Amino acid sequence: MPKLFSGAEIVFKCLKDQGVTNIFGYPGGAVLPIYDELKNFNSIKHILVRHEQGAGHAAEGYARSSGKPGVLLVTSGPGATNAVTALTDAYMDSVPLVCISGQVPTHLIGTDAFQECDTTGITRPCTKHNWLVKDIKDLAKTIHKAFEVATSGRPGPVLVDIPKDIQFQKTAYKNYKKINKLNGKSHNRFSQNDIDKIINLMGKATKPIFYTGGGVINSGPKASELLRELVNATGFPITSTLQGLGSYPADDNQFLGMLGMHGTYEANNAMYECDLMINIGARFDDRITGKIDEFSPKSKKVHIDIDPSSINKNVKVDLAVVGDVKTVVSSIVKTLKKKKPNFIKSNKQQISKWWEKIQKWRSKRSLDYIGSEETIKPQYAIERLYELTKNKDTYITTEVGQHQMWAAQHYKFNKPNRWMTSGGLGTMGYGLPAAVGVQVAHPNKLVIDIAGEASVLMTMQEMSTAVQYSLPIKIFILNNEYMGMVRQWQELLHDKNYSESYTAALPDFVKLAEAYGCVGLRAKRPEELDDKIIEMLNTDQPVIFDCLVDKQENCFPMIPSGKPHNQMLLGPKDQKEKKITGKGRTLV
Amino acid sequence: MANSKSAYSISNKKQKFDTHIIVVWVDNEAGVLARVVGLFSGRGYNIESLAVAEVDQKLNISRITIVTTGTPQVIDQIKLQLKKLVPVHKVADFKREDKKVIFKEMALFKVVGNKQKLEKAFNVCEKFDAVILDKTNKSNVIQITALRREIDSISNNLKKFGLVSVSRTGAVAMTRGAEVFK
Repeated sequence: MPKLFSGAEIVFKCLKDQGVTNIFGYPGGAVLPIYDELKNFNSIKHILVRHEQGAGHAAEGYARSSGKPGVLLVTSGPGATNAVTALTDAYMDSVPLVCISGQVPTHLIGTDAFQECDTTGITRPCTKHNWLVKDIKDLAKTIHKAFEVATSGRPGPVLVDIPKDIQFQKTAYKNYKKINKLNGKSHNRFSQNDIDKIINLMGKATKPIFYTGGGVINSGPKASELLRELVNATGFPITSTLQGLGSYPADDNQFLGMLGMHGTYEANNAMYECDLMINIGARFDDRITGKIDEFSPKSKKVHIDIDPSSINKNVKVDLAVVGDVKTVVSSIVKTLKKKKPNFIKSNKQQISKWWEKIQKWRSKRSLDYIGSEETIKPQYAIERLYELTKNKDTYITTEVGQHQMWAAQHYKFNKPNRWMTSGGLGTMGYGLPAAVGVQVAHPNKLVIDIAGEASVLMTMQEMSTAVQYSLPIKIFILNNEYMGMVRQWQELLHDKNYSESYTAALPDFVKLAEAYGCVGLRAKRPEELDDKIIEMLNTDQPVIFDCLVDKQENCFPMIPSGKPHNQMLLGPKDQKEKKITGKGRTLV
Repeated sequence: MANSKSAYSISNKKQKFDTHIIVVWVDNEAGVLARVVGLFSGRGYNIESLAVAEVDQKLNISRITIVTTGTPQVIDQIKLQLKKLVPVHKVADFKREDKKVIFKEMALFKVVGNKQKLEKAFNVCEKFDAVILDKTNKSNVIQITALRREIDSISNNLKKFGLVSVSRTGAVAMTRGAEVFK
């Protein structure tokens, strides 16, 4: 007779065999047997959150900063439904998550039992796949399969729903050996012929551009290295999506900055004017393309993506290469070296005019803003934060809104996995719990959540988690008392009718920090900002930093809705010169 | 669209829709039909008809046949999105006009009336492998197999001959000749 294990034990045995060291969760009736077993597995540390959404975002932060799948454990009913936002967020941004949820016992399923909900039904559209385990014999197999699905191909969240009676039942467990087998859905489907075609297009292009995205980060650090090699070997300009920041050093001359709705003037104009666009691991999101009919009208488009359904979904491309970024870029680099070892030199002349044009766009300095000695400009706050932290290996998370865009524009990322932000779903309240997860994965690193005061209040309770586990995360709030991005849209599109976007009765964030048992700091004037930031950095505890910034500042540049890339709205400096009147502005 | 007050672009392009028959081989497991149908509703694809049944008891494989309409781009997306689902084995796609493929739907008609009417009703159906499954003095249940538009027109014609109830399946499809879709 082999030794028999309970379902709850098997859950942990599976997690252990998968190399899981941290899980984020919240106990409840339907997962109590699993929580009971926690004490017997010392290699797995559980982080108790304050809300299941926090567990999900923390697991996301953990996954995105470490490259390992994030694991969360929640109870049935409200536990599972609270996790739905985080699962959807992970689905949109391709983050590998494994969510284990408790369920009412099998004989009660369908009876509207206490804390019962159709978890697999609710999470079906927001996971790559999910399972309801109705037989103890399927449990181990299912959990291992769940990890495989979450991490293979285009990563994403999965959910395993385990009824309480299954957690008590016993069966044998075979130790799991990781096999590098694909789940029948192979990922690399390109041939050398495709690579040759890319090289051929690169040789012909006079106005080429690389447009890279989160796929580079998801493909692992090696992919970022290879991308650098490729970009340097071609001399082509490169721009990145929000999710791709960090895969190419932001301070390099070939980097044009972020593109898209709040991207730089040079990046967006280069996208519009280019004759060859090489998309590496990005998905032509609507915040990137603007008006789709006028998106980069003169270019040949190459799309490298691991997900075949991303090809031709939004934008029709001329050459599709389905494969893992690392493998594809490595093939391109190898072939380029072999066939055209002097490519950069021989091609320099051909693209020199292109670079001249780009320099002209660059000289617009589209990220500039009008400084102030009276109030802290939010851009200035990010710039100072960057200057004072750039020599540390800093991990940045954000919430969603103006502060997020300013962080993307003004904080310069030079390494992958250092930038965790909710892009696809745009989840306010993402940054604080994500910072908790990042700090768990990197206990000795500096982790900062660049936040807005409205977003951060959505998941503020997770400060309590940070304090409990002594996670010294820094919550850097750009406080303008408005839902800034909402206010900006209302100013530009809705005749300055600031409907419900002002938050009255905000808490005193310094006192709030003290109430949580951590440190609160406040900066009101530009001249005290540096000292306060340094004080924050020198504090070995969680900090809430209340940075009171200009309430009226808007995030520019901006592509107004329904407009192509070459019709950007620039900042106030430029608008003054061009005399864009109030009437013109309401037309955006 | 200059006056659009939206954070999203608005499309006013109209494209031609084609009718396609999508055949999907799936593991016959709990929730698999919901996954496939949910994909269609969630992404705004159409379903004109749907037929599903297990075709291999040993391997637990079900075959789902979906008639859908969409632009070529949408049809491509449907196939690619279906292939991403974990329980999906393979996906075939045929145009309705495709001569190499047989499409059939089955319909049951209940007609009520006098002998004359019933006779006329049967004559309307006769060309389409009509079989009378149930017969009483004043009613018939007639089964036919035909194409969708044929069934449409028959059921229209039958109205004047005492048609009281119609039950129809979705389309099923099979390629002609010895070849099998892989």
